[in-house]
Amino acid sequence: MLISVALDCSADDPRPFVEAAQATHPCLVDTEHTLADLYRVINVPTVLWIGENGQVVRPNDAVFANNALKDMHGIDCEVHHAALRAWVKENTPPLRQEDVKDLQILPTLEEQQARAEFALGWYLHQQGKAEAAERHFRQADKLAPFDFTIRRGSMPIRGMDPFGADFADLFSEWIQAGRPYYKPIPTGDQGAD
Amino acid sequence: MSSLTIIDDGRLTSAAATVDSNGVRLSPDTLHTTLGWELKAQGLCRDEVCIPVAGRSALVNSDGVDLAAFADLLQRPLALDLEERVAYLGASVAQRSQQLASLQAPDFTLPDLDGRPHSLSDYRGKKILLLAYASW
Repeated sequence: MLISVALDCSADDPRPFVEAAQATHPCLVDTEHTLADLYRVINVPTVLWIGENGQVVRPNDAVFANNALKDMHGIDCEVHHAALRAWVKENTPPLRQEDVKDLQILPTLEEQQARAEFALGWYLHQQGKAEAAERHFRQADKLAPFDFTIRRGSMPIRGMDPFGADFADLFSEWIQAGRPYYKPIPTGDQGAD
Repeated sequence: MSSLTIIDDGRLTSAAATVDSNGVRLSPDTLHTTLGWELKAQGLCRDEVCIPVAGRSALVNSDGVDLAAFADLLQRPLALDLEERVAYLGASVAQRSQQLASLQAPDFTLPDLDGRPHSLSDYRGKKILLLAYASW
């Protein structure tokens, strides 16, 4: 089953997408970035798979539902779809357990401090303290410059356009830094025995 | 003494505190009632867990327990806004890393668009594709 979690400021942000898709799965909203903190989610979309026993069998990965933006990100959705079908229909584990651990990236001190600064900024913003909130959003940006859930995710709160020049600057910096992201998940026949 | 808002890993509390340019200090009693930690002879303790305190004078003096030193001792991130008198204590790297490395998916409870809460554990026994996305 699918569980989707919108890292947004309110339920009204994802509502148009959920309604347009006529979604019937649990469509959750995470205004406090609980999921990002628990699972070290640093951008969207991020997908991970959890088995029937509650174990992560495929860690964080950037995957897309279709190939509409493939020219931009270079990710072929069919690779993920094929592995997903094999897991769901044939019970084929996508990875060995030790490979799942190797593919995880654990949080750093700077990242956890950035999450605390972001959380404080969000709280202050909700209290109507925009100037104080900005101090902490800036600090979070400095500590985790390529965590898009923090830097791009705070743009709508701060009156910045997450699809405009501020995002273009962030994207350019990210490319120059070597596109830091999740570890690429092997495809093909590297799955579990 | 003035009132300090403390957000302890998402849980909001209010406490009496000394807040000045040097930081935030809480009385040992306030530390215990708001954050659950108690200063004892063997160290800083919560339930059965005690953490030895090497430099006790850096942690506590006659004005109370220094919140930044407390966070350092627990290796938890502390974000402070002295002007607005708000402190946010986040989860430590060790806590999050241990959870992730165990491969057991951390449970969470979040509302759907109508405000109904859902927990990941409600769906135990099913294969789950967990998707994080956003409107931005």
